Amino acid sequence: MNTLFDKIWDKHVVQQIADGPTQLYIDRLYCHEVTSPQAFDGMRARGLKCFRPQQIFCMPDHNTPTHDQPIADPVSKAQVDALAKNAADFGLTHYGMMSKDNGIIHVVGPEKGLSLPGMTIVCGDSHTSTHGAMGAVAFGIGTSEVEMVMASQCILQQKPKSMRITINGELGKGVTPKDVALYLMAQITTSGATGYFIEYAGSTVKAMSMEGRLTLCNLSIEMGARGGFIAPDETTFDYLKGREYAPKGEAWDKAVAYWKTLESGDDAVFDKELSFDAADIEPRVTYGTNPGMGIGISENLPSVPPQGGEAGFEKALRYMGFEAGQKLLGTKVDYVFLGACTNGRIEDFRAFAHLVEGRQKSPDVVAWLVPGSWAVDKQIREEGLDKVLKAAGFEIRQPGCSACLAMNDDKVPAGKLAVSTSNRNFEGRQGPGSRTVLASPLTAAAAAITGVITDPRELI
Amino acid sequence: MKQKFNVITSTCVPLPMENVDTDQIIPARFLKATTREEKFFGDNLFRDWRYNADGTLNEQFVLNNPKYSGCILVAGKNFGSGSSREHAAWAIAGYGFRVVISSFFADIHKNNELNNFVLPVVVSEDFLAELFASIEADANTEVEVDLPNQKVTNKATGRSEHFDINGYKKHCLMNGLDDIDFLVENKQKTEQWEQANK
Repeated sequence: MNTLFDKIWDKHVVQQIADGPTQLYIDRLYCHEVTSPQAFDGMRARGLKCFRPQQIFCMPDHNTPTHDQPIADPVSKAQVDALAKNAADFGLTHYGMMSKDNGIIHVVGPEKGLSLPGMTIVCGDSHTSTHGAMGAVAFGIGTSEVEMVMASQCILQQKPKSMRITINGELGKGVTPKDVALYLMAQITTSGATGYFIEYAGSTVKAMSMEGRLTLCNLSIEMGARGGFIAPDETTFDYLKGREYAPKGEAWDKAVAYWKTLESGDDAVFDKELSFDAADIEPRVTYGTNPGMGIGISENLPSVPPQGGEAGFEKALRYMGFEAGQKLLGTKVDYVFLGACTNGRIEDFRAFAHLVEGRQKSPDVVAWLVPGSWAVDKQIREEGLDKVLKAAGFEIRQPGCSACLAMNDDKVPAGKLAVSTSNRNFEGRQGPGSRTVLASPLTAAAAAITGVITDPRELI
Repeated sequence: MKQKFNVITSTCVPLPMENVDTDQIIPARFLKATTREEKFFGDNLFRDWRYNADGTLNEQFVLNNPKYSGCILVAGKNFGSGSSREHAAWAIAGYGFRVVISSFFADIHKNNELNNFVLPVVVSEDFLAELFASIEADANTEVEVDLPNQKVTNKATGRSEHFDINGYKKHCLMNGLDDIDFLVENKQKTEQWEQANK
């Protein structure tokens, strides 16, 4: 009751269906090329036009090659071309591949000021939770639901339960928002927040930059939550001011006045409340095949499986080639991936560049550094980070989702171990047979330099 | 698609694994299709578990075991976690499953199943464990899923359990209606909301 989630959700209720879901109004729909073509086809089959085309924004990101664009793979190209044609046919804004506006949808939305506090935002992509960092209710949906929003600018949903996760204290040296999220997943498990929408609060969260908050909210789905968000504050307003789609002039002042009311009341009642201490968090790595299977980098793998999860634990270790109770520090690394909607923003590149500055990439590691958008790429060059990275033996690739899910050519070969700043370590996620250790940009940078899993605090 | 639902009685395919994510149900490299051909997705359901790296059948995997068949998939806790890809629901439907029974589903995938007229049935941990045991003891074990009465029955033991589904969705499934029909009919209410919230 009286949580920020209630405020935003309740304001968007068009009607409550008796013994059924809520008809919820959606302010913003994002479409990428993978989960939208069947929705557009459905619209055609029903003879419908988009109800509010100006509220829908399209961009390809999943199939995008990160070198030598345009696309060589004809199947990928057909999917990217289909999005361009569908956007044109239905009168929607489209940021095509190689345009300066293109990038990963969850990086572009915030950086263009398209994702604003108090909004409801959906996309056919589970990491839509990212936009919650702006103080919005944002969540992933399926393709049938994408079609619903195209047809009516509404969606039918059951109202989720509310959860508040409060984290207080200062993060230690070398501990990033990614580590905070990986820590939470290990505490809550990969399904522990299913059925909930999370509000992140506390001094640790308030101290995070916008980029850090986007990383934290991005990973809400990896705890099973439909979404996660942070009440907007001065950090949010400073980030948004002057962005292309952010309100301007008087409209800005009016908007900020409203946004300042967007917080949970002192009397707010959550269905579940959890609290954590920042001091308990060290740089994190995962060892298994779901993001909840993680440890502090200095810790050993559990020596006994979690109760009830014996089969999954053994299967995961077999797949990863690890043994119960072992250390991960010193494990040989073949690939390093910096990027994705999780860690493809300017701050992630700054952190990576800062750690590798004056050092050399290990010759045994293949490193893929993929900015989240062309705007991030531009800023990397403006800040001279490209030169630092180049001197250390790294090259910057072209923006896109890339090796996070390996729909383009960036596939980690079978059996190879990747330290990745992405969001999922599922079997085969980064290519059939690939093995993934999720970590922060700093931990990824440390692995790229030493060629083994390394505590980044030793190199800072 | 849009198959009307009533009572289904079938043998089951058991998948007693927890946290089966949608990347396993349908790997990302099969998401490049621009059409909704259920056969294509069905053929690639659990692709990397069903086939070895060299393309041969993995005979250890349950879908390749001739002992098990039927249109009910029985899966371990937290089925369908991870990616929102509806292709996972298309693959399940395309393979021929009409019901998935588990003790816990991931939210987005559960909606995706419902939107494709595949019924996710949530049962207690106990009921699920007993059902896995029944199927292991006898692969011909049948389950009855009675949507009108919201009742699922393990016919080997006779044990029944009530399952939840809201009245609106139940009506849709039983009558072959989908949410888009409803939303388009309710456009006027949406316009009224927009007027009031300008």
